[in-house]
Amino acid sequence: MTPEEAVLVGERRAVISGVGQSDVGRRLFRDPLALTAQACLAAIADAGLRPADIDGLATFPGGMDTPPGFSGVGITDVQDMLRLQLSWYTGGLEMPSQLGAVVAACLAVSAGLARHVLCFRTVHEGSAQAGGGRASVTPGGGGGSFRATGFMEWTLPFAAPSAAIWVAMFARAHFDRYGTTREQLAQIALNARRNAARNPKAVYRDPMTLEDYLSVRMISEPLCLYDCDVPCDGSTAIVVSAAETAPDLRRPPLRVEAAGTAIRGRPSWDQFDDLTTMACRDAGAHLWTRTSLRPADVDVAELYDGFSFITMAWLEALGFCGPGESGSFVEGGARIALDGELPLNTNGGQLSGGRLHGFGLLHEACVQLWGEAGERQVPGRPEVAVAAAGGGPLAGALLLTR
Amino acid sequence: MSTPFRILPRVTDRNRHFWTGGRDGELRFLRCRRCGTWVHPPAPVCPACLGDDLDVVAASGRARVATYTVNHQAWMPGPELPYVVAIVELPEQHGLRLITNLVEVDPAEVRIGMEVEVVFEAHPDDEVWIPLFRPVRGNGR
Repeated sequence: MTPEEAVLVGERRAVISGVGQSDVGRRLFRDPLALTAQACLAAIADAGLRPADIDGLATFPGGMDTPPGFSGVGITDVQDMLRLQLSWYTGGLEMPSQLGAVVAACLAVSAGLARHVLCFRTVHEGSAQAGGGRASVTPGGGGGSFRATGFMEWTLPFAAPSAAIWVAMFARAHFDRYGTTREQLAQIALNARRNAARNPKAVYRDPMTLEDYLSVRMISEPLCLYDCDVPCDGSTAIVVSAAETAPDLRRPPLRVEAAGTAIRGRPSWDQFDDLTTMACRDAGAHLWTRTSLRPADVDVAELYDGFSFITMAWLEALGFCGPGESGSFVEGGARIALDGELPLNTNGGQLSGGRLHGFGLLHEACVQLWGEAGERQVPGRPEVAVAAAGGGPLAGALLLTR
Repeated sequence: MSTPFRILPRVTDRNRHFWTGGRDGELRFLRCRRCGTWVHPPAPVCPACLGDDLDVVAASGRARVATYTVNHQAWMPGPELPYVVAIVELPEQHGLRLITNLVEVDPAEVRIGMEVEVVFEAHPDDEVWIPLFRPVRGNGR
């Protein structure tokens, strides 16, 4: 990339100035708006700002009542709670993954529409699903007059309401074509649990062995229970600021080096051209067209693990290994450990840390770059981190530097 | 999946041919009259030539298992566990695929590449025929 081309990378005029996170737990039974307030006020203070400085607001997926606990908090809730005076805001589902809200915030400050954008994501799936278990997620659970529409038209009639089933089919295709094994896939879950033990906020911190993994019940083959992330309650907030505000901030902000937002394949789980990868293939390749850095420059990777196989797909998509090679890449687990060549999902990810839905991984990437990760801090002062979110047709990634 | 419990699709003018073809034993899709491209899910424009003259035609009903999963989790009341969810690809066109259930097969016997054929589960009161697939008999596999 030439200096002239680099000028055109608009996201580079954005920085991350602060992060915050509420209490996180399997089931907190707390008002999701209260959790959101906790995260947002922490992030604003972390940046060295006051709520009056915030003039932009961004979230994924916006306020919605179903599925239960997926999001109870939208833009208007937070704007009104903090009486924010906004120059720009956005919230919605149809964007390049959960991190699409943060990418949009980067573009807003880059374009001068806002100076400090508060980005947040709140989940309360743990509490909301406490009564009915995962079955409560299925729309129209009892059938009746409910009729499936949209993408669900092609899945619900076949009793395939869950991403667990869709991801399982991609994992099966990967296993079949490349010889990937459950023992290899297990490393994603085992690594997450090892790291979660060093994260006081993680939902599951007890040690897990390969034997535990191989003997737990199947959900949708080849995915077992430990291949699925854990629904939880919690809120995460990130403040994106215009780079020129750096002197106003509490500490040197993190630079946004590049975003990856592309999707070239068809935007659904069943029609995507290659059933062994996902839209992450396109977003990952796109990211590297916007920077001179290379995969070997990355010191820490926080890659979406709604299901363990999605992390494998991201490892390939971001070029840490070739297509089909993620199984051998993670084999044994040493390479992806905290002291390994590519420390991965250092807070326990969503598999053991809790399903904070993409934002938790970005939060962790920031904390690691600032050297504030405590017991789980990656050694050697990492300088470059990648955070990536989304599975199937959802994919977005951010490359950050300090 | 012997229980005929299903969450049914909302039938519209755009998708009616697909969900009702089973009444006549036919797996129907849109196909461009001009360039022959099969269009699924249904849309009003051919993605290959951008023509809008789309015909409803019957596919052979044969397919091959592109990938699958044996599901053990009860996501909803009704289906008997475990059951097989598959993505099948039709020989009519590369990438012409459906999510479906495989029936009349031991889940442990399912393989990627397995030859299957359509069989319809009728919900005549709701005017919906669900296309399921089973192993091709005789010369199959």
